[in-house]
Amino acid sequence: MFGKSERAEELAADITDFTAVRGRSLWRDAMDRFLRNKAAMASVVVLGLIVLFVLIGPLFAQWSNEEIDWNRMGDIRGQGMPSIETGHYFGLDDLGRDLYSRVIQATRTSLLVGLIGAAMALVVGTAYGVIAGFYGGRLDSIMMRFVDILLAIPLTLVLILILVIAGRSFTTLFIALGAVSWLTMSRIVRGQTLTLKTREFIEAARAGGVSEPGIIFRHILPNLMGVVIVYASLLVPEMILAESFISFLGLGISEPMTSLGRLIAEGAGTMAYGTLWQLLFPLFFYVTIIITMFFIGDGLRDALDPKDR
Amino acid sequence: MTAYIIRRLLIAIPTLLLLVVASFFLMHTAPGGPFTSERPLPPEVLANIEARYGLDQPLWKQLWDYLTNIVLHFDFGPSFRFKDRDVNDIIAQGFPISLTYGSLAFIAASVVGISLGVAAAIRHNTWIDYFAVSLGIAAQALPNFIMGPILILTFTLWLGWLPGGGWNGGQWQYLVMPVIALSTSYMGNIARITRSSMLEVMNSNFIRTARAKGLPARTVIWRHALKPTLLPVISYLGPVFVYVLTGSVFVDLYFSTGGLGQSYVSSALTRDYAVLLGVTILYGGLTVVVNLATDLAYAWFDPKIRY
Amino acid sequence: MRTFTRATLSALLSTSILAGAALAQDTHPETGEPLAADQTFTYRVLDEHSSVDPQVVEDVSGSEIVRDLFEGLMNQDEDGELVPGVATGYEVSDDKLTYTFTLRPEAVWSNGDPVTANDFVFAWRRAADPALASPYQWFIELMSLENASEIVAGDMAPEELGVTAIDDHTLEVRLTSPLPYFPFMTTHATTFPAPQSVVEEFGANWTKPENIVSNGAYVLTEHLPNERSVRERNEMYWDNDNTIIDKVVALVINDENVALTRYMAGELDRTEVPAGQFPRLSEEYPDEAISFPRLCNYYYTFNLSDSGPEAFKDVNVRKALALAVDRKIIVENILAGGQPEAYTFTPAAVAGFEPPATEMAGMSQADRDAMALELLAEAGYGPDNPLSFEMVYNTSEAHQKVAVALSQMWKQKLGVDAQLANMEWKVFLEERGNQNFELARGAWCGDYNEASTFLDLLDSASGYNDGKYANEAYDKLLEDAKTADDTTPLYTEAEQILAAEMPVIPIYHYAGVYMMDSDVGNWPVNNVEQNWYSKNLYKIAE
Repeated sequence: MFGKSERAEELAADITDFTAVRGRSLWRDAMDRFLRNKAAMASVVVLGLIVLFVLIGPLFAQWSNEEIDWNRMGDIRGQGMPSIETGHYFGLDDLGRDLYSRVIQATRTSLLVGLIGAAMALVVGTAYGVIAGFYGGRLDSIMMRFVDILLAIPLTLVLILILVIAGRSFTTLFIALGAVSWLTMSRIVRGQTLTLKTREFIEAARAGGVSEPGIIFRHILPNLMGVVIVYASLLVPEMILAESFISFLGLGISEPMTSLGRLIAEGAGTMAYGTLWQLLFPLFFYVTIIITMFFIGDGLRDALDPKDR
Repeated sequence: MTAYIIRRLLIAIPTLLLLVVASFFLMHTAPGGPFTSERPLPPEVLANIEARYGLDQPLWKQLWDYLTNIVLHFDFGPSFRFKDRDVNDIIAQGFPISLTYGSLAFIAASVVGISLGVAAAIRHNTWIDYFAVSLGIAAQALPNFIMGPILILTFTLWLGWLPGGGWNGGQWQYLVMPVIALSTSYMGNIARITRSSMLEVMNSNFIRTARAKGLPARTVIWRHALKPTLLPVISYLGPVFVYVLTGSVFVDLYFSTGGLGQSYVSSALTRDYAVLLGVTILYGGLTVVVNLATDLAYAWFDPKIRY
Repeated sequence: MRTFTRATLSALLSTSILAGAALAQDTHPETGEPLAADQTFTYRVLDEHSSVDPQVVEDVSGSEIVRDLFEGLMNQDEDGELVPGVATGYEVSDDKLTYTFTLRPEAVWSNGDPVTANDFVFAWRRAADPALASPYQWFIELMSLENASEIVAGDMAPEELGVTAIDDHTLEVRLTSPLPYFPFMTTHATTFPAPQSVVEEFGANWTKPENIVSNGAYVLTEHLPNERSVRERNEMYWDNDNTIIDKVVALVINDENVALTRYMAGELDRTEVPAGQFPRLSEEYPDEAISFPRLCNYYYTFNLSDSGPEAFKDVNVRKALALAVDRKIIVENILAGGQPEAYTFTPAAVAGFEPPATEMAGMSQADRDAMALELLAEAGYGPDNPLSFEMVYNTSEAHQKVAVALSQMWKQKLGVDAQLANMEWKVFLEERGNQNFELARGAWCGDYNEASTFLDLLDSASGYNDGKYANEAYDKLLEDAKTADDTTPLYTEAEQILAAEMPVIPIYHYAGVYMMDSDVGNWPVNNVEQNWYSKNLYKIAE
């Protein structure tokens, strides 16, 4: 009984809520535009293949990512090259571990770092920005001054300090990356919220007696999604780049786990010693992910950003 | 305008103060101290050292002494690790180096990036465009730290053209590789932003009108299109300038340039508190100034913005 | 013999004109090898040195510079034996508590002032002075100088230190207890003289190239932090005529692979070989890739304190883990730089140390593995009850490789689950020092060429004993060794206790693995402490 009426209310709201209907068709428009963008679609396919590879690749692996091939570890240059025969499709790393398994595991890490890092920025930044923008006034100026101060702190310092203090783990890494990346997001969201707040349909909702959280969740957030998604998609490659920089400084995640940035740093070190595959395989996956993410981000922006229409 | 600048700079003071306080306490929460070593010092020796550097005082007292020394004597304290030098020495020696190759990398990235982007937009969908786009993407997708070993292998070992590292007062031979390594990825990004911004501007009404009036393409581009094109680029360049200065640790590591980037990272790892704080203040102040400069440049480029 | 040759030569040279001196440089006076026209030695250092102040310096790369800039009472030769420095010799009293050094009158500072006994008195008091707060105050205490501990503790004035200038060229040193290796300690940087007038004039800035005055074969002419430091021939040095290298350049290159590239490009005369690259390099450049034993060990220590895991209190577990480590693989396949496998805590290269024939060293690896399985089963661990612990090491690629290999060996041979945890250096030291670990990496380089510098680490009273190993018999042996005439059997016995109780797992002993340009002459490969002096090197014409 109770539920039914609620459902009816919802349906009614959907029909009368002009923006919701319009919003949905906007989404459909955006989707169509995105589907027509060849570079973006190709990137989605390629990225999909990489994800698929990460998922089913381990089935074909003959060695785990931490096992050492004791027989070949003494002569990586001579016997550690990529080969179907030995079961090391991507060759061996400098310690005699199977690079195929390690690249798969590293790709998974880097993708996760990119996605979760960006998601953290998205959640924290949006929440912060919406609150500051929606409630405005004194709260807004205090919150934004705080962001300005944080923006003046060099990111490297924050990253290093967090990793040094909290030790090294997946969680710390995500927190560290999230901690430095939500600032710009919150500024963008606040700006958007400020403009949205003055629009007629918000006024109408207010007049209709919708509670403040209701307005935020039903009206503000859906209208922010476009901008937020575009910015978050641009953050993904940035997160992956940032992680590789941390790995380069030796502060990345702990062995036997590894990341593409770590593998590339190792491969770059041994570049001149005749084991170039140690650099090329991780670099290939890294560059492919970054480039596809660029195109997908661009595609999303073209599709969602009203300015470009 | 002047009032605006003064107000911004005044706000910077509490900002920097908060930055110092926050970094100070963060730093002290990190495990281990400057004198934690593999060879633990006997307690009486450690006590002498801590007394000498004031580390035996309560934290708030240390912070107070540190701040008053800066304000009264412009003294940023001693280095705990490099005992022949204090923080003022370290910054005075390292910052000009970082600033030199950082500025050059910044100029190189801006000039080449913007030219590449403009060329790509003007010759949209020609080989110049494709070349510029792929170059931009490649430059951006490669992690910038692998440029270090690649450049040294190529120019020092195989070609033998350039010295493999060092600074030597900033002679050009020593500058080439650091500048290339540092500027590449930003160059790619700048080219990308410029290109898409220029394409947008060229399609806008006022440019179409100008063209329809029969103005020569060159005039349209230089006189009308360039300024609005550069708006988004300018807002990107501000942070880039800060990044090339603060994120240059890999340049210092690979090319032994002796810049501040490496001192900064190593001071965090070795808990060289005063060095870490000093450089943080410098970088924080720099960020504030650069942000202000970016906003002012923005105002100059976009007449709609007034302060 | 050599000193004789040098003395005659210098006598000859001092009478000849400058041009003659330059000509005489064309061949080496002893070996007759042709000398290169450019006598510049350039080497790589990993990191910026801490200081060039002899009383303050605490790192290896800084000490290398200080040894060139300053000269102490005694020097070491190519084999690590004592040779005269500023002192021509010394006498010891019958109770072995008083040393009297005679200083050579011709020694002068680079500003022309004579080097006197007072310069040493000033320097040693300075090193002990709490006001300077040198991290090497402990070295002055270690030297057993009279009143040293009281001065460091702040209970006495530095002037009370047991060192006196009898006259300008006679220095008297008083010890609180006999110390057989005391003369060797005068080759350490902390004991080098300091120019009082300069130190007092410039304060902390006295070591800057524009201010510094030194008494060694070289003077500091340039210092660009994190980039390079340059030292050049000191024309005032008393033995300047026999110095061949004109200029020594230390380049800071953090990345060892980049350093090797720059070596290959001819920018360096010496650099370290990255782990694993030695076999290839010694094949391609047999004259340049060198490896020699050094006085350092590499081990993993069990936490035997109350906070350590219960499992490690069982000697069988400790032994099993130690047995299952295939040191041959680590030494030959990972490091591959000629490092000796370690079955004792003390490196065999240490003077006066005879490693005991332990059971483990004599077994084949297959037997060791079998025995390890047996011992582990005896301790109650097996497939149903797998042993699991965390091993910590500090972040570094080389340590990581060894740690990964160890964990894999244990996993595959014994079914032991060893989780790896790397920590940033200072965190690592803090956690290890507070017994906040289960199994931790450790390494130690000897302060002097004697087994006690290593064995003292496991003394139950030692501040360095992070695993909190305690064995009374062991402590007693070390105590006896301090006064014994023949320490060799005592140290061997101590090692036997370690082999039986296995409080640490010795993995390997260090080797110096370098690429050394073949035109560098007389590198002291036999000096296990690697105390080298640029004045003894030369560059051969190619």
